[in-house]
Amino acid sequence: MSRTTFFERNIGRTRNIGRITVEVLDGRTRQQLCFLDKVEPHATIGEIKSLFHKSYQQLYPARQDLKLDPKGKSLRDDDVLQNLPVGTTATIYFKDLGPQVGWTMVFLAEYLGPLFIYLLFYFRAPYIYSHQDVFTSSPYSVVTLACACHTCHYIKRLIEAIFVHRFSHGTMPLRTIVRNCVYYWAFSAWLAFYINHPLYTPPSYGDMQVNYALAIFVLCELGNFSIHVALNNLKAEGGPKCRRFPHPTKNPFTWLFFFVSCPNYTYEVGAWASFSVMTQCLPVALFTFLAFIQMTIWAKGKHKTYSREFKDYPQLRMPIIPLLL
Amino acid sequence: MWYTGIHVVSAKWGSVMSAPAMGTTKTAHSDVAPKKKRGPGALATAYLVIYNVVMTAGWLVIAVGLVRAYLVRGSYHGLYFSIEKPLKFFQTGALLEILHCAVGIVPSSVVLTGFQVLSRVFLTWAVTHSVREVQSEDSVLLFVSAWTITEIIRYSFYTFSLLNHLPYLIKWARYTFFLVLYPMGVTGELLTIYAALPYVQKTGLYSVTLPNKYNFSFDYYTFLILTMVSYIPLFPQLYFHMMRQRKKVLAHVEEYKTE
Repeated sequence: MSRTTFFERNIGRTRNIGRITVEVLDGRTRQQLCFLDKVEPHATIGEIKSLFHKSYQQLYPARQDLKLDPKGKSLRDDDVLQNLPVGTTATIYFKDLGPQVGWTMVFLAEYLGPLFIYLLFYFRAPYIYSHQDVFTSSPYSVVTLACACHTCHYIKRLIEAIFVHRFSHGTMPLRTIVRNCVYYWAFSAWLAFYINHPLYTPPSYGDMQVNYALAIFVLCELGNFSIHVALNNLKAEGGPKCRRFPHPTKNPFTWLFFFVSCPNYTYEVGAWASFSVMTQCLPVALFTFLAFIQMTIWAKGKHKTYSREFKDYPQLRMPIIPLLL
Repeated sequence: MWYTGIHVVSAKWGSVMSAPAMGTTKTAHSDVAPKKKRGPGALATAYLVIYNVVMTAGWLVIAVGLVRAYLVRGSYHGLYFSIEKPLKFFQTGALLEILHCAVGIVPSSVVLTGFQVLSRVFLTWAVTHSVREVQSEDSVLLFVSAWTITEIIRYSFYTFSLLNHLPYLIKWARYTFFLVLYPMGVTGELLTIYAALPYVQKTGLYSVTLPNKYNFSFDYYTFLILTMVSYIPLFPQLYFHMMRQRKKVLAHVEEYKTE
């Protein structure tokens, strides 16, 4: 094939491609919602969403789910119209994802709740415990320590949410946030209730148990933070198009990457497990267990994604627990 | 209260179903990727047929037991005692259905099925068995008879479906009887739990108080009250879902018949 022919072929191609007509139909009712005439073929789905938003004020782009097939995959904002199998008339199906909230707001809501709720219990605000216990404090040092740990844990999370994390999706549906908040807030209230209770029983092995557990807790929190920083740097260096998987760095905490795909989850479970041991409180252990299940599911998904995407992905790595799970 | 066989709701049995069968109930988490429906193989089908036949027979035994006891005693009070053992055996046996979903030979949701079966098992063991004083209550007969009729229809429905030979009568019964049986059973269950409350409070059954080594407490009495309250949002949802399914399934067959 000569270069000339290829060039000519391309010239012919660009001349033949004109504007595209886009019609947006409701995914369920198939009613026509929007008709866009003479759309540039190199327009992106993101731009289509902005145009659609002009006709429907409440349906801002983050709320729009556009697909070529009502049962198919959602289109990405950076998909270009002419690269899609559409021809000169594109039929796109729309679904309303419901009110969306930005990720930063999500995390603020999810983390500020437990932070303040736990403090309410620590200071024994009125109507929680019996009347004579209002605003009293526990004689046990482990109770104050637990409060400090819990508070620091959520402050660290807030700092990470605001300064460290970079999010790939812009938003989350409102219903999910409500559900998540109820879960986090209710659980922290439940475990705070027992730890700060006037009838709280300190750990069976006393200070030794508390101190060892505290040490592990601190190490896990540092580890978790290191991993988040490492993951963030990975995104910063690579950018959205260049996908790489995380590697151990000079920071010893990241050496867990030799063994697991998601050491941030490993450290998180470790932190909560040590918190359970430190307080010797069954509700905390239950919370740890549920968190472990959820994070294992996420870790397995992530691990599978990594394994599929990168041919040279290390065989030794397990999703969340070294050598085991 | 799930005895109307909310399995119905998400199960698509066998390879031939003249109706689109039951869709899925509302699942709050719709982030599960659509799985390919693996129907049961030949061995699994044989096993399931046997399982459903055995369950149908079991619940028939309970039904016959109830009728015989009534005829012998002359009254419908205290009939629970005559069918206590088969009831416990066959209702507990339904736990296998969770396994069927988990393994994949039944295309239902594990979570949904688990929830349904566990609530039945809870009522059988944690309420009726555990609180002796309620066993002579009439409300027990109310939910036991509702369960019995429902299960006989449900298991025979599954049996016939697996054998690809479902009589319209069974399908009709399955999607119609619930209209009465469901409220009947729910009433029986709620009244039984309510009757158990004073005894639970008095004896502190299954309850743990502070202080203790693991800093945990559980008040079974409060738990039972919360269980009763949970019926309020859940019962209407399930009931109306069944009614929608009924319309879909029976209307579809009507179309067939008019052709």
